[in-house]
Amino acid sequence: MSNHRFSTVDGNEAAALIAHSTNEVIAIYPITPASPMGEYCDTWSSFGRRNIYGTVPEVIEMQSEAGAAGAVHGALQAGALSTTFTASQGLLLMIPNMFKIAGELTPTVFHVSARTVATHALSIFGDHSDVMAVRSTGWAMLAGNSVQEAHDFALISQSATFQSRVPFLHFFDGFRTSHEVNKIEIISDEHIRAMQDNRFVQEHRDRAMDPDRPVLRGSAQNPDVFFQAREACNPFYLAVPNIVQETMDRFAKLTGRQYHLFDYVGAEDANHVIVMMGSGAGAVEEAVQSLSAQGKKVGLLKVRLYRPFDRSAFLAALPATVERIAVLDRTKEPGSLGEPLYQDVLTAFYETQGSNGSVHRKLPRIIGGRYGLSSKEFTPAMVVSIYEELAKETPKQHFTVGIRDDVTNLSLSWDPESMQESEDVKRAVFYGLGSDGTVGASKNSVKIIGENTAMYAQGYFVYDSKKAGSVTVSHLRFSPRPINSTYLIEDANFVACHQFNFLEKMDVLQIAGPNATFLLNSPFKPEEVWSKLPSSVQRQIIDKGLKFHVIDALQVANETGMGGRINTVMQTCFFALADILPREQAIEQIKKAIRKTYGRRGEQVLERNFAAVDAALAALHEVQVPDMKIDDIPVELVLNGSSHSTFVERVTSALLAGRGELLPVSALPVDGTFPTGTAKLEKRSIATEIPIWDPSICIDCGLCSLVCPHAAIRVKVFAEDTIASAPNGYLSKAWRDKEQPEHLMTIQVAPDDCTGCGVCVDVCPAKSKEVARHKAINMESKDEHLERERANFDFFLEIEQSDRTQLKIDSVKGSQLLEPLFEFSGACAGCGETPYLKLMSQMFGDRALIGNATGCSSIYGGNLPTTPWTTNSQGRGPTWNNSLFEDNAEFGLGLRLAIDAKHEYANFLLAACADQLNPDLVTALSASHKTDEKELQEQRGRVVELRKQLANLDLPAAKTLSAIADVLVRRSVWIVGGDGWAYDIGFGGLDHVLTTGRDVNILVLDTGVYSNTGGQASKSTPRAAVAKFASSGKQSRRKDLGMLAVSYGNVYVAQIAMGANPAQTIRAFAEAESYPGPSLILAYSHCIAHGINMTTSMTHQKDAVQSAFWPLYRYDPREARADGQPFHLDSRAPRMTFRDFAMQEARFGMLARSNPEEADRLFKLTQQDINDQWHYYEQMAGIERTMSE
Amino acid sequence: MSTDLSTTYLGMTLKNPIVASAGPLTGNLDALRQLEDSGIAAVVLPSLFEEQIEHDEAQIDRLYQYQADSYAESLSYFPETENYSKGPQEYLDLIEEAKNALSVPVIASLNGHTPGGWTRYAQMLVDAGADALELNVYFVPTDCGMDSQDVEQRYVDLVASVRQSINIPLAVKIGSQFTSIPNIAYRLMTVGADGLVLFNRFLEPDLDLETLEIIPDLVLSQPYEVRLPLRWIAILRDQLQCSLAATSGIHHAADVSRVLLVGADVAMLTTALLKKGPRHVETILTELSSWLSENEYVSVDQLKGSMSRANCPDPSALERANYMKALTTYTKEYWYP
Repeated sequence: MSNHRFSTVDGNEAAALIAHSTNEVIAIYPITPASPMGEYCDTWSSFGRRNIYGTVPEVIEMQSEAGAAGAVHGALQAGALSTTFTASQGLLLMIPNMFKIAGELTPTVFHVSARTVATHALSIFGDHSDVMAVRSTGWAMLAGNSVQEAHDFALISQSATFQSRVPFLHFFDGFRTSHEVNKIEIISDEHIRAMQDNRFVQEHRDRAMDPDRPVLRGSAQNPDVFFQAREACNPFYLAVPNIVQETMDRFAKLTGRQYHLFDYVGAEDANHVIVMMGSGAGAVEEAVQSLSAQGKKVGLLKVRLYRPFDRSAFLAALPATVERIAVLDRTKEPGSLGEPLYQDVLTAFYETQGSNGSVHRKLPRIIGGRYGLSSKEFTPAMVVSIYEELAKETPKQHFTVGIRDDVTNLSLSWDPESMQESEDVKRAVFYGLGSDGTVGASKNSVKIIGENTAMYAQGYFVYDSKKAGSVTVSHLRFSPRPINSTYLIEDANFVACHQFNFLEKMDVLQIAGPNATFLLNSPFKPEEVWSKLPSSVQRQIIDKGLKFHVIDALQVANETGMGGRINTVMQTCFFALADILPREQAIEQIKKAIRKTYGRRGEQVLERNFAAVDAALAALHEVQVPDMKIDDIPVELVLNGSSHSTFVERVTSALLAGRGELLPVSALPVDGTFPTGTAKLEKRSIATEIPIWDPSICIDCGLCSLVCPHAAIRVKVFAEDTIASAPNGYLSKAWRDKEQPEHLMTIQVAPDDCTGCGVCVDVCPAKSKEVARHKAINMESKDEHLERERANFDFFLEIEQSDRTQLKIDSVKGSQLLEPLFEFSGACAGCGETPYLKLMSQMFGDRALIGNATGCSSIYGGNLPTTPWTTNSQGRGPTWNNSLFEDNAEFGLGLRLAIDAKHEYANFLLAACADQLNPDLVTALSASHKTDEKELQEQRGRVVELRKQLANLDLPAAKTLSAIADVLVRRSVWIVGGDGWAYDIGFGGLDHVLTTGRDVNILVLDTGVYSNTGGQASKSTPRAAVAKFASSGKQSRRKDLGMLAVSYGNVYVAQIAMGANPAQTIRAFAEAESYPGPSLILAYSHCIAHGINMTTSMTHQKDAVQSAFWPLYRYDPREARADGQPFHLDSRAPRMTFRDFAMQEARFGMLARSNPEEADRLFKLTQQDINDQWHYYEQMAGIERTMSE
Repeated sequence: MSTDLSTTYLGMTLKNPIVASAGPLTGNLDALRQLEDSGIAAVVLPSLFEEQIEHDEAQIDRLYQYQADSYAESLSYFPETENYSKGPQEYLDLIEEAKNALSVPVIASLNGHTPGGWTRYAQMLVDAGADALELNVYFVPTDCGMDSQDVEQRYVDLVASVRQSINIPLAVKIGSQFTSIPNIAYRLMTVGADGLVLFNRFLEPDLDLETLEIIPDLVLSQPYEVRLPLRWIAILRDQLQCSLAATSGIHHAADVSRVLLVGADVAMLTTALLKKGPRHVETILTELSSWLSENEYVSVDQLKGSMSRANCPDPSALERANYMKALTTYTKEYWYP
């Protein structure tokens, strides 16, 4: 039997532990929620951790999942033990290779944290739509339902694949299992070795391609033999179920954990049974146990080995008494007769009818249901409703559960009160900010209890869709038994609110059960806090009889040098109040955990944490709850803003109020179409300090507005009489522009939309003559200015925008008088990408179509509940879509092709109607090609006139033309994405689009890493930078994507850095857009993954340019005519060493700390790269090119 | 017969009075080897700055925590590295490497920030094998409420606490800005300093007229600066029983002779070595030997202190009169052409 080594890990780590121990070549590509598996393996290999064969697995990052699968295929063919990890679209990209790997009977395991495939929308969350999409590839499929099973089945798959030669897809649910932290029993290396039969491994190696024993594999076959050859593998598939069962039996002997191909739980004589696989089985099992205890004859059949589907084992596992079966699928196949597992169950029963082996004399009634799409909650109460449905005389043949379907009425209703969790399970919920460390502390609490007591512990974490000011909710359970509760806590006996202002924004205590403990981080003393609570909170405390405690955690954290990190303080209070461990023991364990987590960060960090622990308890106070009754006052609705459509009122407001779960099917769009202009409704008010303008110093430069990542600081110029009705305290100053004499200007902050990043203040060049640190804008306490600035901003919004045709929009000052049509995104405070998008929206947004690659920009651009893309007062603005990660250039090209086709059709129709229209109008309409604002406005006027004239015509062509005439106004197509897309996964498409000559503008927001998935290296990552999958420093030089594009000759290319040279940035945007062919802009985008001070990030870009780390240039094919010199080097020769630049960024500095010799070597090489590149660019600046038309 | 150059500093016998002061050069192992080859008698490693360690630790901690566990797709942004240099480890390694590479004494230097930090890091430096410890005390009072007694007491307390925690020779490097240098020097000696290093040069920052920013700026010493230690060592030599090291503005052998004459036990060099390289030690030693021979000194010991305040022919020249005389000479030479 096992030596019972317990550890608290998440599902990804549980699976990766086995994968790393049993493989030699690991090819990876980041994708949520599977990325951590690759990251764990990469980290372990970089630490030199060895597999059971004694070698350190090679971990290699590829350019896409297709590339990873190809590399694995090759590695397998040459005899290595190889694996990969993926999910969702990534798995779909692997399909071609999966067919090949299975067709060649090659043993391998792919570990998949199953995630929703994007349809009407992308979702990072979990369901089985990805794994179900690959069930025809010929892979065995084994489903782990829990963290323990993700660990165990990883090994069972690994063992069975070598014996069977059939490749295995080992999958578990994304987030619910992949990110759930749970106490599991770790399999020892000894047992892993015992499970790997070296005979089969050697056979795999013997089949390898080897010139000493040459073979041909991968032939092309003709109709004469392909079919027969395809059937030749049948015996191998027939053998798989027995092999897997034998492997499971062997595993049980070693570990004591017995699994079967199908595991049944519940009443032995059950007549109603649910069949399913995945984490939802945990919720069903809890319900079954509870219902069985009440004498209900119900059961659950957990499908382990889904492919090959062993009919006999399936039937044998079901009680003979079963009369009705509900098959649950966590996927949707529109148009099918039912989802895959449902159809398999039907087939299994049908095929056995009348055969001798059948123990089920009568065909049970079988119904199919969908649940849990995109990690939708699936609870024991919902399970009760399924059994109730089964018990009905005529249950729904097809149903859904977990939602309210008021369109096709498929959903089951459920009573949330119908199931309660066991009383001996402690349930704690923590509301925190991402930045206060609540999740990290909660994970530590799970570990402390899981690894130091006999109790079992589980942690699951719910995150925000915003990156700045994000809220986290941690759900922790502690139980004397293993915890399989695969759903969020609904009835907590401990609730901690780590931020006082949450009480105003969300219903924190809704989750609190009767007599629960409520811990609040409060800036108010225990005797005064009660009066500061919202009434709804007071009422719940009284109604539920909560034990109420407060601590001023921020004060304790500040006093102990922890800054804003209140996690340690709050964690200590949790242990003090939760009564899970004796207080002294708890404190000792907290300190032990702190040492383990932060030990490598240095003594000072440890000491501060320890001091915070020691100081916490003295500051913790119980609040005497007054004996009173008060009126019920509902939580205030979050929605703000004046004019919103019905859709916004019905749907967006519900999402913002956290009531999205309650929306019925009918409320949601059928095709994923949403209105824009909704971010302004949020008013998240997350800043503690906001920029306050001092007009007496301001020099009207517009830089503050230009660099603001959130469009939260704006400029308007207006006639003097405009401010007659301005609120008291509204500020303005004379506008210094001879074109607009006697005008005023205002720089205005949007106080509730600002994130407080401070970038605007950092770039402000105007300093007071009396107090040098006082600038024309200064960060000041929001609370002191909020009321006035709210009124000012409301008034400011009402001021008319400047006339675009009168502005010099290709200047910093002029561009900032344009209305931003990208505002208040949820990007990180100080984001380096969003200023470029905002600028683009100002310059071209009223006629822009945007294809956006998946990544940060698609998340802050299009993640519900709102979007920052918005419209101007005429209702015009960017129209936006995100197709995929890998295809964005092609998708954007498609947008262009459609516009061009429509344009051609409009011209055709115009010609058809021409003789009945004003000839001058027709000529002007079809001749309009210029891109200046005056011409655009005139063309819009012509379209209005055209429609007027068409309205009088009784021609079919006239009606059609009227409908599409807007396309006669020049459209601006933007293809937007990050470097992961442009340099890696989407490069093939991007390269192709560049060659088409079509008028598209490609904007690469170049952070040099995969920012959205947490900083993995891309081919844009500079040499010497530390990134995930390049933890020893990137070895190779950054790919020069710009010069690849320049080599085509007819592509406009610009490399820009707004913080270093704003004028060049604006010029590049204007030139790229006006160039009637493909344009590529590489925009230096600082990112938190660089490890920099985000407040000074824009000014830091100057160093990037001064060191020639990021030279600025423009290549304009329009100047490649008649001896022209199209390449303009816009920055000066290096005036700073790379080292001096690099040591300001942790991505480089970390290497200097972890491996100084290697840092020296790579820094020298990078300096050589820079020198060489500069020399090359200098030569380019002189070259003459003459491109043909 | 050659002159005996040996001297005693902090109770250690040194082969000559030339010591490499804490600076960038002594942080480099190759340079340390060259210094030894050139005849240096002891080296003081660059200062370990507690404040810098705290700052770095906090920065790295912030780096890993910033935006971590905030967003589902990116729960972290940096790969964990198994070992990175943090805290004093790099410095402790340098002591160990220097000790292995050199046969001359290796003196560690510490600039503390907190009372606990001074003693903790001092102990670490001892454990790493330092032959002696130099406390680089650099405190800039900014509060009008803090009087000179408070400041001096801080110095005395921290030297006393470090003295109690370590048992190797202890030198204290102080600045010259004390109301009564003799008094503070005496008190530091009384609480356990085996020697005083005179003086720390305060590296005042500059102001950039373009950007209106305060900028750190390292200005190397000028030869005239030797006069500050020259005067005070002369004054202190006869009153203190501890070692005295002269530092600041010692560029040539003649400067060494001067400070030895007034009573320094050793002369410490930084700027001259940075400008001319480690080999400059050879030149100084040769010139010093020649000067000693030419002037018929048999040993450095003989020379040391022979021009101290008590031993010099005109003690008043070291006092106020020096100022008067210099000023008169100055105006005479330049004011009237």
